[in-house]
Amino acid sequence: METFFSELWIARDALMEGFVRTIEASVVSILIGTALGLLIGIVLVYGPLVVRLLCRAYVDVMRGTPVLVLILASFYIPSVVGLHLSAFQAGLLALILFCGAHIGEIVRGALQSIPPGQTEAARSIGLTFPQILTYVLLPQALRSILPTWINTGAELVKASTLLSVIGVGELLLKTQEIVGRNFMTLDFYLFAGLLYLLVNLGIEQAGKALERRVAVR
Amino acid sequence: MGYTLNFAVIWANLDKLLSGLALGLGLALGAVAMGTVIGLIGGFASVGPSKLGRRIAGAYVTVIRNLPILVIVLLAYFALPEYGIRLDKVQSFVASLAIYAGAYLTEVFRAGLVSVPKGVVEAGRAIGLTRFQISLYVVMPIMLRNALPALGSTFISLFKDTSIAAAIAIPELTFQARKINVESFRVVETWIVASGLYIATCLVIAAGLRSLERRFPKF
Repeated sequence: METFFSELWIARDALMEGFVRTIEASVVSILIGTALGLLIGIVLVYGPLVVRLLCRAYVDVMRGTPVLVLILASFYIPSVVGLHLSAFQAGLLALILFCGAHIGEIVRGALQSIPPGQTEAARSIGLTFPQILTYVLLPQALRSILPTWINTGAELVKASTLLSVIGVGELLLKTQEIVGRNFMTLDFYLFAGLLYLLVNLGIEQAGKALERRVAVR
Repeated sequence: MGYTLNFAVIWANLDKLLSGLALGLGLALGAVAMGTVIGLIGGFASVGPSKLGRRIAGAYVTVIRNLPILVIVLLAYFALPEYGIRLDKVQSFVASLAIYAGAYLTEVFRAGLVSVPKGVVEAGRAIGLTRFQISLYVVMPIMLRNALPALGSTFISLFKDTSIAAAIAIPELTFQARKINVESFRVVETWIVASGLYIATCLVIAAGLRSLERRFPKF
C-alpha cells in the first residue's frame, strides 16, 4: 500500500494530465455532439426528404458501427484526403459524430412524441415554424431527453478511453504508461477505474439534480 | 484530394475480414451466454427477499455500468496473471465482456421480472407449486419473453463491443481491418468495408430478433 501511494505521488502529474484530457474530450464531444444532434433530430422530423434521408443514413451508419472503428477511421482517413488532424482532433471528430447520431435519434423520438395538436394550435395562432420550434416543441423535447442525454454523457466518458488506442494521452493511456514503468498493474488500473466510476457517478448525481430542477411541477 | 478508390486489396483480404467477423460473433455469443447466467442470478437477487442480495446486485450493476469496458478488459488481461489467474487472450476477453454484459442483463432481467403480473404467481401458488417451480415454469417464460427486445439490443451492442478485443490483439474484424489498413494503405476502402460488415451484421441480428419476437407473442 505504501509503495502504491509513493508511486501514485510520482505519477501524479501524468495522471492529472490524462484526467484533464479525458474530461476535455468528453465535454467537447458532448457539447458539439449535442448541437449536431439537435440539428439532426429536427431535420429527421421536419427536414425535406433528401436531407432527411441523408441524415437517416448518417445516423444508421454511426449507430451500426463500433465506436472504436469510428475512431480508427477518423484517425486514418483524413490524412489521405489531405486533411491533417492530430490524434486528439481525430478522436474528437469520431466522438462528436458518434454523439451527434445518438442525440439525433433521441431528439427525433422526443419531437415525434409531442402531440401534433400542439403544432396545429401554434400554427393557428400565427406562429412561424422557428417560433413553434423554440417556444413549443424544443422546451418539451429537451426536458424529455434529459435522462438519456445525461446517460450519453457518461457513455462518452467511457468511450473516451478508446482514444488511447490511437495514442491520445488520456487517463487510460497515461495509466498504461505508468504501469509499463512500475508494473503495479492491478493497483493503477483499479485506480483509473475508480476515477472513471467517480466521474460517472458525479454525472449521474448532477443529472438527477438537473432533472429535479427542470421538472414540471 | 486525388484519392481514387480501389477495392482490389480489400477483396483479396476478404477472407481475413470475414473470419474476424466470425470470431467477433463468437466472442459476443460466449459473452452473452455467460452474461445471461450472471444476469439471471443478479436479476432474481435484485427483486429477491434478501436485502444483502439486493445490495450486492445493485452495487455490481452500478460499478460495472460506470466502468469503461476497455479498463475491465485490460485489468483482466494484464493484472489477473500476477495473481495466478492465467487466461489466454480470448478467455480473458470473453470473461470481461461477460461481466460487463452481466451488469446490463441484470437490469434487463430485473425489469422483466417486475413486469410479470402478480396474478400468475398467485395462481401458481394456488395450484400448489413450490416457489422454485413458480420461478422456473411461471415467472421465467413470461420474464424472458418480456425481456426479449432488451436482450436483443444488449446482444447487438455487445457484438459492437467485441471490436475492443483489437486492443489486446485478438484478431477479430477491427484488428484485421487495422492490419490491412496499415499494410495496404487502402485506408478509405478498408474502413468502409469494415464498417459495412458491422452494420450488415447488426441489421441481420436485428431482423432475426424481430422474427423471434413475432414467433413468441407477448404475454
